[in-house]
Amino acid sequence: MGSTSDVGRRDLIKRSAALGLISVPAMSALSACASGGDDDAKKVDKGKKSAKNPLAVNESAALDVVIFDGGFGQQYAKDAEAEYAAAFPKTKGKVKHAATQKIQTVLQPRFNGGTPPDLVDNSGAEQMDMGTLVGKNQLTDLTPLLDAPSLDDPNKTVRETLRPGVVEMGQFDGKPVWILYYAYTVYGVWYSKSNLAKLDMEYPETWDDMLKVCEAAKKKGIAGWTYPGKYPYYLPFSLYPFIAKIGGRDVLDSIDNLEPNAWKHPAVKAAFEAYYELYKKGYILKGTPGLTHIESQTAWNQGKALFIPNGSWVENEAKKTTPKDFQMAVAAPSSLDKSDKLPFGTLWASGGEPFIVPKSAKNPQGGMELLRIMLGEKSTKNFIKQVSSLSSLNGGTEGLRLPPGLASAQEALTKAGKNVVNPRLQDWYVTLQKQQIGVGALGEMMAGRMTPAETIKKCQKFADETAKDDAVKKYKHV
Amino acid sequence: MQHGKYRFIAGFLALPVILYAVFVISPFVQAIYYSFTDWTGLSSDFKMVGFKNYNWLLHDDLFWKAVGHNVVLLLVVPLVTLGLGLFFAFMLNVGGRGRKNSAISGVRGSSLYKVIYFFPQVLSIAIVALLFQFTYNPRNGAINAFLGGIGLESLQQGWLSDPKLALWCLMAVMVWSNVGFYVVLFSAGMSSIPKDFYEAALLDGANRIKTFFKITLPLLWDTVQTGWIYMGIIALDAFAVVQIMTVGPGGPADSTQVMGYYVYTKTFHDGQAGRATTIGVAMLIVTLIFAVIVTRLGRRERLEY
Repeated sequence: MGSTSDVGRRDLIKRSAALGLISVPAMSALSACASGGDDDAKKVDKGKKSAKNPLAVNESAALDVVIFDGGFGQQYAKDAEAEYAAAFPKTKGKVKHAATQKIQTVLQPRFNGGTPPDLVDNSGAEQMDMGTLVGKNQLTDLTPLLDAPSLDDPNKTVRETLRPGVVEMGQFDGKPVWILYYAYTVYGVWYSKSNLAKLDMEYPETWDDMLKVCEAAKKKGIAGWTYPGKYPYYLPFSLYPFIAKIGGRDVLDSIDNLEPNAWKHPAVKAAFEAYYELYKKGYILKGTPGLTHIESQTAWNQGKALFIPNGSWVENEAKKTTPKDFQMAVAAPSSLDKSDKLPFGTLWASGGEPFIVPKSAKNPQGGMELLRIMLGEKSTKNFIKQVSSLSSLNGGTEGLRLPPGLASAQEALTKAGKNVVNPRLQDWYVTLQKQQIGVGALGEMMAGRMTPAETIKKCQKFADETAKDDAVKKYKHV
Repeated sequence: MQHGKYRFIAGFLALPVILYAVFVISPFVQAIYYSFTDWTGLSSDFKMVGFKNYNWLLHDDLFWKAVGHNVVLLLVVPLVTLGLGLFFAFMLNVGGRGRKNSAISGVRGSSLYKVIYFFPQVLSIAIVALLFQFTYNPRNGAINAFLGGIGLESLQQGWLSDPKLALWCLMAVMVWSNVGFYVVLFSAGMSSIPKDFYEAALLDGANRIKTFFKITLPLLWDTVQTGWIYMGIIALDAFAVVQIMTVGPGGPADSTQVMGYYVYTKTFHDGQAGRATTIGVAMLIVTLIFAVIVTRLGRRERLEY
């Protein structure tokens, strides 16, 4: 989350002086606008289609890849690029790889100038707004990739090898698939099996038991819950599936659709009140509202709190602070009561790390081919080993010794079966989800500054404002 | 020798003027142009929408909240920073007890203090913000640890996670990181004030406070005014401390949202560059108003000495 610029002030002055010198004779400086022009970049010629090259990749064309260098690092992509170079030997040395945490800062000029890379991992705090990219027709439809034969089994298309829901996540309206989510994240309530065992407790499957566990922990001076108070939009990772479990999928769907009064559903109220009770009874780790994700995870690793809402990247992210016998595990939200619409095990799992092939990419086939390689068995195994996260390829875990958190995520997925929910608010309306509902409403409620009733009112107000804002493109569940 | 003089001057000025036009004026002009479009910032496909963005801005609650916070920063941060700067500089130069046969001197060890005060100035604001984020940390931050250590647990706060305190916490950081520069600046100004003014005042029986207000401040007025404009610009920005330190960032519950950060979120999170440039134009207007007010209010006759 640092924000140190990677350009020194001195460099900047030097460069701008140099630039100035160059642009003086040109004198076209005033017309050099930030938005550039759409001089349709020359696309490279297609190659020969064959069984080994179903996307007809140009076998000697350069490939330009930009990766988000975040929780998963960039090595997995580099390894896949090496595979690509091996498959197309003439491209050796022509695969350009860049990694950054500031995706939009780096890529905005290239998108505006019509010279974007061939494949982008559009992730992180500076994710380019997907709704805008799709709305402005800036992306390549990935359908050819999905219909191409998969790398390991030519009798199966890539589409058939993916986990359920991944393809749908890349669709915004209608058929085209604009995004391919490469990672597969399991969200839920994360805990330590060994720390629970020290209290002679099991993971609580009902909310009453949850309160009992927290009470027992409190007596020992341990908090029940913590969460990244500085980024309260982690709370929905366990709260949204909890809402779905109480009131059924439709509640989340109507929230995603920005329907009027969607937040006023009794299931939302019940879930909010249950979480608010954690605060009321003093089960939240003291100081939590001021902690970053790293600080809250560290406190949780140190056994100061039992539960934390999180996603399956946490195992890799917290590697350095996790004790050896921690036995990290994830569970679905506890049941509120017998009248819950969905069984225990219902959880949120969905794609992460959205990969896109820009519309004006010079070598879109190459970008898609690299994705096809990444979705092969070999690259997926490599990804799972490196970052202990599942990938969108349905499988790849056979024969691997999974670390405890990932093994538990795998079990949780199996247990959930069909009851996997996928709230779309966080990819359709990022600001509404993070800044407004996350920080402005849920964060305030869990810090005890707002009652559940006030929080619901505020969420509804934010949602209505977004629904009314014609600058935001709207999407609907089909 | 007269003719050709202007051509000579223009020849020398051409390069800096062109540089200024390209890197300062043209972005301003472009920003104003984009504020009338629905540019997303992610594609070169946009159209003119007239005053639609400005209309949105006038009705946007968050923008007015941000303006409010910037105004608070504008009133408090320069006042406290310059006040402290003047006080410390005065103590370093004139505040000591007379020693070594001179009527006027600074407090003991003043040359060392000057160096220490200047330290924060050499740290980049990003580092300062990170350091203070650790200091304010509610669980193991230095401030709460200190309060706990001296038995004042009741005074422990959430600091940055408390909407009532967060903005004040930011102001403290901004003051801390800037005050040293002004101590050095005002010290330089004070050392150029002739000593005999002070000696005369002391002979007439003026105390330190009086000499400060009757001699030091009037003679330093130009420097103070310049400092005021600089500090005002820093207060109107405040982007770095908000982005690095605050909950959300910009929170909790938008309690630390400022115009600069709002421009950033509109551009880099929402893909609404048109609206972002509109906020930028609003910032430009606010800054110009501020500069005009300060220069108007600050007009005084110059004293020659």
